[in-house]
Amino acid sequence: MSNWIINQGLSAFILVVWMGINIFLFVYFYLFYDLGPQFEYTRELLGSALPWARAPAAVLNFNCMLILLPVCRNLLSLLRGSFICCGRTMRKQLDKNLTFHKLVAYMIALMTAVHTIAHLLNAEWYTNSFQGRYGPLATKLSMLGDSRELNTTYLNPVRSNSTTPTILVFTTIAGLTGVVITLALILMITSSMEVIRRSYFEVFWYTHHLFIVFFAGLVFHGAGRIVRSQQVTDPPHNNSLCENQLENWGKTADCPVPQFAGGFPQTWMWVIGPMIIYLCERLLRFIRYMQPVSYRKIVIRPSKVLELQLVKPGFKMQVGQYVFLNCPAISQLEWHPFTMTSAPEEDFFSVHIRLVGDWTEKLIKMVENLPEGGQGPKMAVDGPFGTASEDVFDYEVSMLVGAGIGVTPFASILKSIWYKFKDSDPKLRTKKIYFYWLCRETYAFEWFADLLQVLEKDMEERGMRDFLTYKLYLTGWDQSHVNHAMVHFDKETDIITGLKQKTSYGRPNWDREFEQVQQENPSSVVGTFLCGPQALAKDLEKKCVKYSDVDPRKTKFYFNKENF
Amino acid sequence: MGKIEWAMWANEQALAAGLIYATGGIVGVAGQFRGWQFAAFGIAAGVFVCLLEYPRSKRGKGTSVERTGQYCFTVCVNAFGPLTRNYYVRAFLHAALCVPGGFMLATVLGCVCLGIASLIYLSAAIHGEHWEPILPRTEPPKRVGDSIKEPPQNPPPRPPPELRRKKADKLETAAYDNPMSVTVNE
Repeated sequence: MSNWIINQGLSAFILVVWMGINIFLFVYFYLFYDLGPQFEYTRELLGSALPWARAPAAVLNFNCMLILLPVCRNLLSLLRGSFICCGRTMRKQLDKNLTFHKLVAYMIALMTAVHTIAHLLNAEWYTNSFQGRYGPLATKLSMLGDSRELNTTYLNPVRSNSTTPTILVFTTIAGLTGVVITLALILMITSSMEVIRRSYFEVFWYTHHLFIVFFAGLVFHGAGRIVRSQQVTDPPHNNSLCENQLENWGKTADCPVPQFAGGFPQTWMWVIGPMIIYLCERLLRFIRYMQPVSYRKIVIRPSKVLELQLVKPGFKMQVGQYVFLNCPAISQLEWHPFTMTSAPEEDFFSVHIRLVGDWTEKLIKMVENLPEGGQGPKMAVDGPFGTASEDVFDYEVSMLVGAGIGVTPFASILKSIWYKFKDSDPKLRTKKIYFYWLCRETYAFEWFADLLQVLEKDMEERGMRDFLTYKLYLTGWDQSHVNHAMVHFDKETDIITGLKQKTSYGRPNWDREFEQVQQENPSSVVGTFLCGPQALAKDLEKKCVKYSDVDPRKTKFYFNKENF
Repeated sequence: MGKIEWAMWANEQALAAGLIYATGGIVGVAGQFRGWQFAAFGIAAGVFVCLLEYPRSKRGKGTSVERTGQYCFTVCVNAFGPLTRNYYVRAFLHAALCVPGGFMLATVLGCVCLGIASLIYLSAAIHGEHWEPILPRTEPPKRVGDSIKEPPQNPPPRPPPELRRKKADKLETAAYDNPMSVTVNE
């Protein structure tokens, strides 16, 4: 329970605050339009359909303001940098930006639905009012024309008998912009469905730019000032008295003709700030795009993995972060994220790119056709992004577990730990590392095995064989593996990875592993770090609790779940 | 735009359009709007489109992800054969269904969304795509090699005991004793 509070508490709190603001706005504006005296005559025509339209409108204003902010990744990086003092939990929230963006989008969709339905009713009832179907008061109000000679201002936007709701909607600014932006919203949402996003990213990316249409329409949506409120006249028009004396309007002192005016459009005040921030974000991405990036080394590894070592002036990274790469020769507008596999101590940064789709395929093909020692295609780099995993260096003993592709950030971490150890960096408190590498097959990660080999050799040369203990678990073994192992069982190095440490088959027996760590480190604080699936996280968390001892002289395990 | 299968997006758009069409229709009928007959048609058309579009097609390349509980819909839609497999038919059907929605405000949004879905389906049809049902796979064939590890259940076939008996006159050179007693001329 306490673990949940530490890991999820702040997120839950932020959600509660956000939802609270939404509910407050909805209720406040509902009551404002439902009880406000200046809308009494409007309510005569529309009933409660007006407050039902205005309340979601307020929530929409708030959420349209919020939705642009989580996708300004450079702004978030800036915030992250300046929050160094405020603890990691705060900075971790910034990593959940896309989840928040989707949540706000769902709220926008829901409120748009309520708003649209309420306005459908409004349009219909305004039309009915004008045609005299709602009694004498409503008819009289609807008949108020917009005329300077007669000194009247209109209340009902429907001004003639031939106006149907459809014509009303398509001839008013509010109606037309409303239809256009709702259509843009629907297209954006259908192309953002997980199926489309995962398989046909370009459709999602290009269609999502309809947000420009959305915001443009949104800002002008209220320009027609179609929501009218009653103005105070001199002498004042007493509603409760005058609604029973329709014939006397304009003729007696008590009942001058009521005057109405449209509400000042407010949406632009909510969204202009984030729109400017987002514009700056895109500008910054463009500037970064123009900055020169040179290749230090290009290595084509077996199993279609490309390693790029790049140099960019002024680039500073931390362990476990990722960058976005853009290659104009392949696609002008696509930016793809890659975890960095180099340590901050090195004077370059590297990424390992696997062949997974269109973009990576074209990149690998281009690089294969390069002349020996030639520079690669022009590449733009945005980043680094992501919360750094600095905690890894704080523990005396670390258990690092990388599953499948989750092993990539550990390349950066292991290299950095090794550099710090060699330079006797005082920030490094780690004395011993246990690394568990779980994967179905090592096919695409042979480069990582190479890294482990280099580390293994280095450590032997320094006589520090005990610093790093790593175990590889091949969870996708089959009969051919067993046959191969049986034949070669007396070789010194492992047949799969070439490492001195032998590969194990199947999933690790965590109880045994934790017991071993506990025995070898009887009085240390052990930090456990995982980059992998949720199910494994639950498992490890339980084991950490099980093998931790209350006695401060004995071993204690702390679990850190990272989403690198 | 990469190897996009337009039908996947058209399917999402049409499903959303069906829902919007039906919702607009419900509002029109419940509010007793003028022209509610178009709204009633909108409900029927919207529901029909939802049922038709709910089962996702099998993708040409890559793994197909089913929608929850779509199997019975897949079977129904598959039963109509070329009418539902061909995307030209679907494009035309959606275009025809969306027209009445344009006559009334509540269903106008559904009309436009369905029209857009129809256009995307047309693009899918021009690219040669068609609807494939996602049906459960048949059992994978038993792997070779398993039978080798299993010991045989039955002894190998042998001739009947009468023929296994050694002939009495060849007793001295025989390699084994007879299992049954032997008498000459039996």
